[in-house]
Amino acid sequence: MTRKRRRLIFVLAGMSCLGIAVALVLNAFDDNLVFFYSPTDLVQKHPGTTKRLRIGGLVETGSLVTTDGGKRFNFRVTDGKTDLAVSYVGVAPALFREGQGVVAEGKLGADGSFTAATLLAKHDEKYMPPEVAAALKKSGEWRPDQEAAAPGAADAPSASAKP
Amino acid sequence: MIAELGHFALILALLVAIVQSIVPMLGAARGSRPMMDLAPMAALVQFGAVAIAFAALTHGYVTSDFSLKNVVENSHSLKPLLYKITGVWGNHEGSMLLWALILTLYGAAVGAFGRNLPPALKARVLSVHGMIGTGFLAFILFTSNPFLRVLPVPPDGQGLNPILQDPGLAFHPPFLYLGYVGFSMAFSFAVAALIEGRVDPAWARWVRPWTLVAWCALTLGICLGSWWAYYELGWGGWWAWDPVENASFMPWLSGTALLHSAIVVEKRDTLKGWTIFLALLTFSLSLLGTFLVRSGVLSSVHAFAVDPARGAFILALLVIAIGGSLLLFALRAPALRATGSFAPISRESALVLNNLLLATAALTVFLGTLYPLFLDVIGGDKVSIGSPYYNATFVPLMVPMVLVMAAGPLMTWKRADLAGVLQRLRLAFVGALAVALIMVIVTKGHEALAPLGIGLAGWLLFGTLREVAERIRLFQAPWEVVRNRLAHVPRASWGMSIAHAGLAVTIAGITIASGWQQESIQTLKPGESITLAGDIYRFEKVEPLPGPNYSAEEATVTVSRDGRTFATMHPSRLTYPLQRMTTTDVAIHTDGLSDKYVVLGDPQPDGGWIFRIYYNPLVPWVWFGAIIMVVGGVLSLSDRRLRIGAPVRRLKRTEAELAA
Repeated sequence: MTRKRRRLIFVLAGMSCLGIAVALVLNAFDDNLVFFYSPTDLVQKHPGTTKRLRIGGLVETGSLVTTDGGKRFNFRVTDGKTDLAVSYVGVAPALFREGQGVVAEGKLGADGSFTAATLLAKHDEKYMPPEVAAALKKSGEWRPDQEAAAPGAADAPSASAKP
Repeated sequence: MIAELGHFALILALLVAIVQSIVPMLGAARGSRPMMDLAPMAALVQFGAVAIAFAALTHGYVTSDFSLKNVVENSHSLKPLLYKITGVWGNHEGSMLLWALILTLYGAAVGAFGRNLPPALKARVLSVHGMIGTGFLAFILFTSNPFLRVLPVPPDGQGLNPILQDPGLAFHPPFLYLGYVGFSMAFSFAVAALIEGRVDPAWARWVRPWTLVAWCALTLGICLGSWWAYYELGWGGWWAWDPVENASFMPWLSGTALLHSAIVVEKRDTLKGWTIFLALLTFSLSLLGTFLVRSGVLSSVHAFAVDPARGAFILALLVIAIGGSLLLFALRAPALRATGSFAPISRESALVLNNLLLATAALTVFLGTLYPLFLDVIGGDKVSIGSPYYNATFVPLMVPMVLVMAAGPLMTWKRADLAGVLQRLRLAFVGALAVALIMVIVTKGHEALAPLGIGLAGWLLFGTLREVAERIRLFQAPWEVVRNRLAHVPRASWGMSIAHAGLAVTIAGITIASGWQQESIQTLKPGESITLAGDIYRFEKVEPLPGPNYSAEEATVTVSRDGRTFATMHPSRLTYPLQRMTTTDVAIHTDGLSDKYVVLGDPQPDGGWIFRIYYNPLVPWVWFGAIIMVVGGVLSLSDRRLRIGAPVRRLKRTEAELAA
């Protein structure tokens, strides 16, 4: 086999690998990108009830109701402008409580409430999830004293609680 | 005083690194022996200076010298001594210093043990290594200096994140860095070869041990990290496709490809450009991984804005290292001529195919990791990419790779007989089909992935066994012959077989662990019990447990099956008053085949406690397999051939000169 032909085969194999990869990635992007919405975004953008999505904000003070032996959580997530009813069944992360930032992944119900499959809250009390910080900034509810805590959390790799 | 000594040593190391990057390179260009001979000495001095700096910082941590800003922010006088020491690299500045320490250690190792390298190549390799050192030491000194003082001196430190106070995590960064930074050696060799314009089998033979060391360390580092995430974070899983994990996994994928393509260069004198490219790519991904994790960009892309100097420096380093090396590659690669040629069906082709699949897999991981960051930077939507993405992209690419992996070692170099190879693999195929069928029966045909995964693991394991059997002519020759052959199989071959078998074990572990995990969340009062996967977990009691810098509650849970109690587990909950943090200590009972995994949750007003209990079948195999792979790598490293073999190039050269 000549060098040219071998190179051709090599390039073709590489190209087809790349092609397959691009097809796989695009296909996966279509189904598996999880978009983040603040409660205000949800009202404005109507993402629909079929896709998994993430929402985040502060757990509204006075809204948390725990039932079913501490396993069912009903609470409201707020960005200061809009709030959203969220329900979750499972074990909450250690620092999940009223007044703290939270990110929930799940689906929006037809009634406009959100059913979370996963709650994400960092282990550090001072830490604010970056999406939540950005959402609060956007709605003008950002308190600067929280700012110092946001960076530096990178020293705790993969510290998100996955119930 | 000692901190100033460390600071001074670090500055000295930077100056030496600058000299090391310039003088030997000029010497190699001019053929000046004294200038080239400076390189090993400079590498040793540079290592010594960084070691002194590292020792000085460690001293600051051990003696709790709170006049150092870095110590104040990351240590506390109440912390156990072990975590004071490991706290040195538990933060950005210290981890960068550890990085530099390991980098200069590799350089010094080449300087000390690279006696059989041709002087010009050695000078160029160490010079390139000096350039990397210059970049990193300047980065540390100008933007991340751990020796900065603070006034007034605070009475005590701010402590270390309690979840980082753990032996698994404490020793995870050093191994990870040994791996990341080890690929810098392959990078330096690749750049030196591009400057020389020559890549030959001898070159590959010199590069391979360094790549192998790095690969083993990285495998172990990833394994430790995954194990830490499993038992420390208490979420029952062992791999989340978290960007931090991906950052270490990308260089592993391309490093694995590099390891294999270097074999082709060594044995067949071809695939040169590709091998060089992989060497550049692997180290570039290592650099990217280090910075992704350490710059804070993952928790917020705007962290760059908090410290613009650091962000700009990082970007500049990445651009120079990656852009510069790729430019050099584009200029010089066409000059790399292959002498060996091979047919589309040959061991070379099998390795090429695996290489392409590994590189493509690395690319999909790369896109999944960086796309959300990219989108955030350009101000678009905030998205996250989780395991479904990787299951849809990474897994399909690994299936053909494993298929080829079993057949590759049975193929001959240059031109192989595919029908013959498949014929020899028919027993392996039957075995794989059998285990896959068993899985179909066990899952009652509901699961497609489990039979596939187990079938692949079986195929790889049986294929590997077949290769070993053929090599020693088991069942084909008299026992004396088999014994004789057994004694003479090179260690590198054993290494390959063991590493491949290790991957089979890991695949089996991953498949079963992802498919059969069972989980139960219950509120239990003392005396109550729940049943999961046939085991009865009985909550006996909960007791307070005082600790040095935390307070804790420890539960006692007994596990029984068929009326026989076989384990007593103690999950606990720790509260660190200083950080106002609560962590959980998971209790794990393992029998090598499955894990019982108990997490203690919050107390309830009615006197009950929340328990989260997982049954994780075959999870330990994920790490067993990784450790087997490392054993294979180490065995291969001990092969005589990799340590001795210097004369090859000189011989070839005289031939070439004679021909010319």
